[in-house]
Amino acid sequence: MTDSVGGRVSAQTLASVTGMARRLVATVLALAAVVVLWESYKWMGGRTDDHWPGTGFGLPVRTNDLVMPHTGTIWEALWDPVQRGRDQTLASFLFESARFTFNEAALGFVIGTVVGLALAVVMLRFSFAERGLMPWINISQTVPLIALAPIIVTWGRSSILSDSQAVSVIATYLTFFPVAVNALQGLQSPAKADVELMRSYAAPWSQTLWKLRVPAARPYLFPAFKLAATLSVVGAIVGEISSGVKGGLGRAVLNFATIYSTGPEKLYAAVLASALLGLFVFVLVSAVESFVDRNQDHLPANVSSAAGA
Amino acid sequence: MTEQAIVASGLGKTFNSRSDSAVTALTDVDLSVEPGEFVSLIGPSGCGKSTMLRLIGDLIVPSEGTVEVFGKPAAQARADRDYGMAFQKAGLFDWRKVSANIELPLELAGWSKSRRRERSAEMLDLVKLPDFGDHYPWQLSGGMQQRVAIARALSFQPKLLLMDEPFGALDEMTREHMQVELLSIYRQLRSTVVFVTHSIPEAAFLSDRVVVLSPRPGRIHSIIDVVLGDRETETRDEDTRESEGFFRKTTEIREALRSVEAQQ
Repeated sequence: MTDSVGGRVSAQTLASVTGMARRLVATVLALAAVVVLWESYKWMGGRTDDHWPGTGFGLPVRTNDLVMPHTGTIWEALWDPVQRGRDQTLASFLFESARFTFNEAALGFVIGTVVGLALAVVMLRFSFAERGLMPWINISQTVPLIALAPIIVTWGRSSILSDSQAVSVIATYLTFFPVAVNALQGLQSPAKADVELMRSYAAPWSQTLWKLRVPAARPYLFPAFKLAATLSVVGAIVGEISSGVKGGLGRAVLNFATIYSTGPEKLYAAVLASALLGLFVFVLVSAVESFVDRNQDHLPANVSSAAGA
Repeated sequence: MTEQAIVASGLGKTFNSRSDSAVTALTDVDLSVEPGEFVSLIGPSGCGKSTMLRLIGDLIVPSEGTVEVFGKPAAQARADRDYGMAFQKAGLFDWRKVSANIELPLELAGWSKSRRRERSAEMLDLVKLPDFGDHYPWQLSGGMQQRVAIARALSFQPKLLLMDEPFGALDEMTREHMQVELLSIYRQLRSTVVFVTHSIPEAAFLSDRVVVLSPRPGRIHSIIDVVLGDRETETRDEDTRESEGFFRKTTEIREALRSVEAQQ
């Protein structure tokens, strides 16, 4: 018995390791494909003077080194000093900026998740709250962040918040939304018969929440957390850009944009760093998810369909 | 006189009573069930048999009349955890192992972990699934899941078992096995059972009394006593299904249901 359980666990671990390896290979291949496409397009444009081969139609994007620097140039720029006369390389500078932005985003993600979950529970408990709050939650996401960010930073300055904490608040603003909406849907997902079963046992509301609704909401939560994590990075960068907070990727993007004409590869590198940071937080949440799957008495979401087949 | 398990008087339920689409699902039902009795509710769809079960279980509130369970209002009986329920869908929680599903009502009642373990092992023996405690529900067949649901409903030895077509989704042979097992469990525990079904042989095989309901609005058409031999000593098993007494009772129930249809 113990042996078979041990065997199953190691088979699971093996499956997750090969799964991770496969995803890593796929990611590298996708990146390579982008590089090849980029360079072929640039090469083609160079040969045809930015026209589709054999036609008079112009290419949608020009291919000169200012608009599309070589991927190799971007790569090399990473290891050059970030600024003339400074020791720090661009790569190291971007890494530090990313860490700064990550801290802001992480705080925003945590607060946004807590706020989102709390809102979902309140809306679940009081249907008038769902009717009253849901329209406002939806409207909140239609307000352009660019307009809102300076307001939040100004408010922050008039209170105890530091500027980078204000940026976290901006990230929170984006992250609470998918969490609240998905968590509510998940908490409401149990079948009526399951809720009636709890009622027949005279289970109070709180026990129905913990023993039925929360476990049932689990498959809804992690997709929302992943979305919220990437949104927290977007929120932090946009917040930095519109408030001018120094130290993060937002400021780096802003600075490199002003010197684009003399060094386009630096802006591209900053954009790349932002994308990598988004990917990183996504992978981080995914890792937490598979950790929870394996260590709790939960069935992995994909197993039930496999068993049904 | 002994206390009745269930006393329904003038019981009725109207859904959406305040709107134009009001539907009277059940009206004017008087019924008493003795402790230890097995009563089936049968009738065409829309006759209010599930509504009646849910009124008895205090899952819905009556529009008229009252239900008393063991001398208490139904709401009090529910609060006292007198009910075990099983529905057509087993309704097991996917994220809990089989034993944890059986222990759910015990957990809610605040039993200690060791007592819960002990009881769920007993229940698994009772429903003949002793080796399946560590499986997940989705690893079990439909019949096995339904047995787990029954084990869960019985785990805290409720005084009253309410079952709504629990075998409705099973194939005929599994269904007959489950009926025999349910009777054997019922005999051991001597609980009171109200059982909703639309199967005539199932009602005849299981019940002491079969309540035939007629639809629109749902009301009691007739009540048929099912005594297959001496009440105290009778045994029911697979042979019963081929006995003359069983045949007579299924015929009687079928005729009652036909006269229900003829009324419409």
